[in-house]
Amino acid sequence: MGTRRIYENRRAFLRKLVQGTATVAIAGGTVSIVGVDGAWAMSLQSIDAHGAKTLLRMTRLMYPHDQLGDFYYAEVVEDLDGEAAKSAETAKLLKDGVATLDEAYGQPWIELSEGYQLQVMEKISADPFFGKVKGATVVSLYNNPTLWPVFAYQGSSAEYGGYLDRGFDDLAWGEIPDEEASPPAYRG
Amino acid sequence: MAKYDLNDDHVVVIVGSGAGGGTLANELCQQGIDVVLLEAGQRQGPDTFVNDEWASFAQLAWLDNRTTSGSWRVARDFPNLPAWICKTVGGSTTHWAGASLRFQEHEFKARTTYGAIDGANLLDWPVTLAEMEPFYDRAEKKMRVTRTNGYPGLPGNNNFRVMYTGAKRLGYKTVHTGRMAINSTPSDDGRSSCHQAGFCFQGCKFGAKWSTLYTEIPAAEETGRLDLRPGAQALKIEHDASGKVTGVLYADEKGDQHLQKARVVCVAGNSIESPRLLLNSASSMFPDGLGNSSGQVGRNYMRHTTGSIYATFEKPVFMFRGTTMAGIIQDEAHHDPKRGFAGGYELETLSLGLPFMAAFLDPGAWGREFTRKMDQYSHMAGMWIVGEDMPRETNRVTLNSDVKDRFGLPVANVHFDDHENDERMRSHAFRQGSEVYRAAGALEVYEVPPYPSTHNLGSNRMSAEAKDGVVNRHGQSWDVKNLFVSDGSQFTTGATENPTLTIVALAIRQAEFIRDSMAKNEI
Repeated sequence: MGTRRIYENRRAFLRKLVQGTATVAIAGGTVSIVGVDGAWAMSLQSIDAHGAKTLLRMTRLMYPHDQLGDFYYAEVVEDLDGEAAKSAETAKLLKDGVATLDEAYGQPWIELSEGYQLQVMEKISADPFFGKVKGATVVSLYNNPTLWPVFAYQGSSAEYGGYLDRGFDDLAWGEIPDEEASPPAYRG
Repeated sequence: MAKYDLNDDHVVVIVGSGAGGGTLANELCQQGIDVVLLEAGQRQGPDTFVNDEWASFAQLAWLDNRTTSGSWRVARDFPNLPAWICKTVGGSTTHWAGASLRFQEHEFKARTTYGAIDGANLLDWPVTLAEMEPFYDRAEKKMRVTRTNGYPGLPGNNNFRVMYTGAKRLGYKTVHTGRMAINSTPSDDGRSSCHQAGFCFQGCKFGAKWSTLYTEIPAAEETGRLDLRPGAQALKIEHDASGKVTGVLYADEKGDQHLQKARVVCVAGNSIESPRLLLNSASSMFPDGLGNSSGQVGRNYMRHTTGSIYATFEKPVFMFRGTTMAGIIQDEAHHDPKRGFAGGYELETLSLGLPFMAAFLDPGAWGREFTRKMDQYSHMAGMWIVGEDMPRETNRVTLNSDVKDRFGLPVANVHFDDHENDERMRSHAFRQGSEVYRAAGALEVYEVPPYPSTHNLGSNRMSAEAKDGVVNRHGQSWDVKNLFVSDGSQFTTGATENPTLTIVALAIRQAEFIRDSMAKNEI
């Protein structure tokens, strides 16, 4: 898909992913979204540099988590780009959508304050462009396994034997149910 | 595995391999009857199930196009997804949570008990609880339902503990880990006990949760009488000049069409496709749809009064660890009109993973108000309301002549408007569920609207008289003696209980009737 991720060790990787910011770069004619500390980069096939900057900001404002680095929103933009590369209709929708954002105040939307950016987004919130970006973001942002630890979601469990021995009933507060309400687990 | 010729008209053809169709197929095969089981979906299993919400949805869910109309919120938020049910061998028994409750006695007599309610098409079932009891017994044994037949209850997870804490403090008395068709101990057919994996909705990779996929269907195959055809999508049921059904036209995976002849046809495609199939089988003899002289095919569609309540707490919960439906409060399940509505509701724990929580917590929402809630994910507990909704003639599955499927047939449109009784019940349930969580120390409580329906009922309902329904007390079409309905679309009313146990019990009972009728050459 065009993603290159470079990292030294896992903890440093996670730290960068959680906190790092990104920038859009053009090298050899290819548009990339690049982690500013060089830890990762994503090459885009269809969306141009201005579109990439705009969508990176738009996806974050749609689902803002301050604790998340740009990496996660960049992945959403990369997904949209993949679709745009395969569908002329999507490519046009995204391109025209970015233009609509820029037309609101006759100035690149990316240069507006956060409050004004949100106001423009509210205005176009019934548009197919908004719906497309929202639908893509709400699915692919939270469907990213590298993001799950930030929310303490543990993901797939069958390969670890489920949660039977990994804290399924380890609640540290509340009433303990009696044995009739909650019988003991079978452990063989 | 048997293999019958298309022109072999001695077979019983069943459409759909879920709780109704899969159980019926096995019961008939065990009694010496040859069965062709047509299943639109493919065959998965514990080895191919995935602990991944979106990938599993793509694997198991019915995704063929449907349309929606009416004032229900699902039509606005999910216009082409009225239901979250399955297209796979085993049907929605691969996806279900396992809750297995018997109807209460009065629920078979909803019209008599609740009286006439304006805007509702209430009707008593043509069967009683007493008649159903032997079949509930057999279903509970077959499904190894916990807290029956000596099968121990399951242990409660964190999500259950939070609900239990609030329920007890609020004064609720019937709070426990439920009657579940999930192995609390390993079974003789080699299936594991529950490992609290937390992906019940995505197919049980331990095989602990009962599903026709790895119980009824293999058992039927072992008799040598079952011809299971995955990737076979039923298009139309054919009949002869005397009005008897003669076979089922279906498309295979390549899109080639075949006509399987039949002595008897049983429709078990769940409550949207089953009426759709009958409607698409209209002919000059049955201009309004096969078996639809009453006009009730597709009508009285019910989805249970549902909704969810999620709450956040000071300390973590990790509700996703363990069974998705880990326990129940039954104190509100009875009929008590003093509460302001007819019928009752259950409160059952529910959990969603992070990906689905984002999609369903507040469909369409975006911005900081939404992400603030998502930030609390690991501190959330959740429960689901399931209550009796009112059958309405206007809540119905019809053919959408403007939208065709890939075979050129009109797709199903599901029209739904909540009845006032449904709204008053939902409101009461939201309040009570919120009080439970507040009693447990909730910081914030969220009322979440109904999801695409996982309980779909009533669209080919049973009746005591032909004019009021589609099938009789055996699920046999009033119009066509050798045509049966074998899934939840038979339900006359929805009751409060999760439907699968009743669907299985009805299938066991219907198999006996079909066997006897065939032996007497009545069909």
